[in-house]
Amino acid sequence: MKNQGQSLFFNSQPQITSTANIVGPFEGIGQLTGYFDYIMKDSLEGHTSWEKCESYMLEWSIRKAIDKASYQLSDIDFVMAGDLLNQLTSTHFAVRNLNIPFLGLYGACSTLVEGMLLASALIDGRFASNMIAAVSSHHDTAERQYRFPTEQGVQRPPISQWTVTGAGALLISANNSNSSKPKVVAGTVGKIVDMGIKDTNAMGPAMAPAAADTLIAHFSNLNIQPRYYDMIYTGDLGKVGKLLLIELLKESGYNLSTNYEDCGCMIYTNDQDTHSGASGCASSAVVFSGYIYQQLMQKNLRRVLLVGTGSLHSPTSYQQKESIPSIAHAVAIEA
Amino acid sequence: MENQKKQYQQKYEEKYKKYKPSPPLIKNALWAFFVGGIICIIGQFVQNIFIEQGMTIKEAGGPTAVVMVFISAFLTGIGVYDEIGQRAGAGSIVPITGFANSIVAPAMEFKREGYVFGIGAKMFVIAGPVLVYGMVTAFIIGLIYWLRI
Repeated sequence: MKNQGQSLFFNSQPQITSTANIVGPFEGIGQLTGYFDYIMKDSLEGHTSWEKCESYMLEWSIRKAIDKASYQLSDIDFVMAGDLLNQLTSTHFAVRNLNIPFLGLYGACSTLVEGMLLASALIDGRFASNMIAAVSSHHDTAERQYRFPTEQGVQRPPISQWTVTGAGALLISANNSNSSKPKVVAGTVGKIVDMGIKDTNAMGPAMAPAAADTLIAHFSNLNIQPRYYDMIYTGDLGKVGKLLLIELLKESGYNLSTNYEDCGCMIYTNDQDTHSGASGCASSAVVFSGYIYQQLMQKNLRRVLLVGTGSLHSPTSYQQKESIPSIAHAVAIEA
Repeated sequence: MENQKKQYQQKYEEKYKKYKPSPPLIKNALWAFFVGGIICIIGQFVQNIFIEQGMTIKEAGGPTAVVMVFISAFLTGIGVYDEIGQRAGAGSIVPITGFANSIVAPAMEFKREGYVFGIGAKMFVIAGPVLVYGMVTAFIIGLIYWLRI
């Protein structure tokens, strides 16, 4: 491994051996219906609380990813996982039963990419050979922590995004030169950027400058142009954040207009009336572990840049009228 | 440095405002008008029934509110009131039914944390401020009324 500024190059090119995802019924009837391993029948799936359901989803996805690769739990060196709730509630209760060494991560909705970067770095440094990076989010647990009770009759503004109910897990392993699995080749660790947006409904617009900062650093450190990648995906900027990112990069001389999409714009259909698209840790996780991973496996996409975007505010910080600090991490995957 | 940062933030804020979708004001206002109106018509209907039973207008106020609060709590319980609220906005928040919704919704939501620290403590997270400032306003108006005499 070596680094160029904030960008990392993984010389051994760790591979993404398998992925798994699980979503709620609302996500299940969206645009990516065929790309999920399991669609739950309701937002509780037989559990007594939404938090328990979120833990179940995360544990299910981790076990499924390991299962798909025909590995045992004991083959995994470390799990890196996170979610949106206080004290990483969902994650800790999900990992409780796995008996695998665990490191908890919080990067809000950028957690999956943060996990992918760290897992690849540990594998590249030969500290581990099989790692899990996993995240979860749940619409109802997020609503009740960050906003209003779910049955409260409030009107959501058009800028707001819908937290994805789902979980995704990736099994990242040391490179096996015989396999044709997608490889993690490089990545860029983001800086916290805060452009002063205070409206917590406008998380996409708050995060767009962080995504722009990371992308510009990535392109300049690697000395490439956006067209180097077949597709660039951001995690959950939503409809408005996506337009802002394109404009911010255009001002810096990079053209994103042809090979860029936001995962938050890929999950729901327009009829589902989620306003500005999807958000949450699971937004990038369910799209990457399903649709994007399959495109990489089928070689329809050969070079992909995934940019996880996170808004790092808390319910306390916005009540104290603080703006939204945001972060974005990028990871480059080649098939 | 600080100034430059402010300038960047201001420029970005302008950009954001350019793309920010504005709420469909006329559509929202019509929804609020009709849903709010329908709730009031139902309230009037209920009040008339009580008056027909021999109550005065003043006496009928109490039981009418009780019926409206029950209807709202019921609709909240079966998960309908928040759907109405998403369309009607203030139309379903301002009437007493909205107030009932704002108490029942957290009570349902926090039941899983128990009857004391869940329902008991969290029931008024949204309605609480309304009660506090409602009482403060009532006190001030009472004071003005008292001083006038």
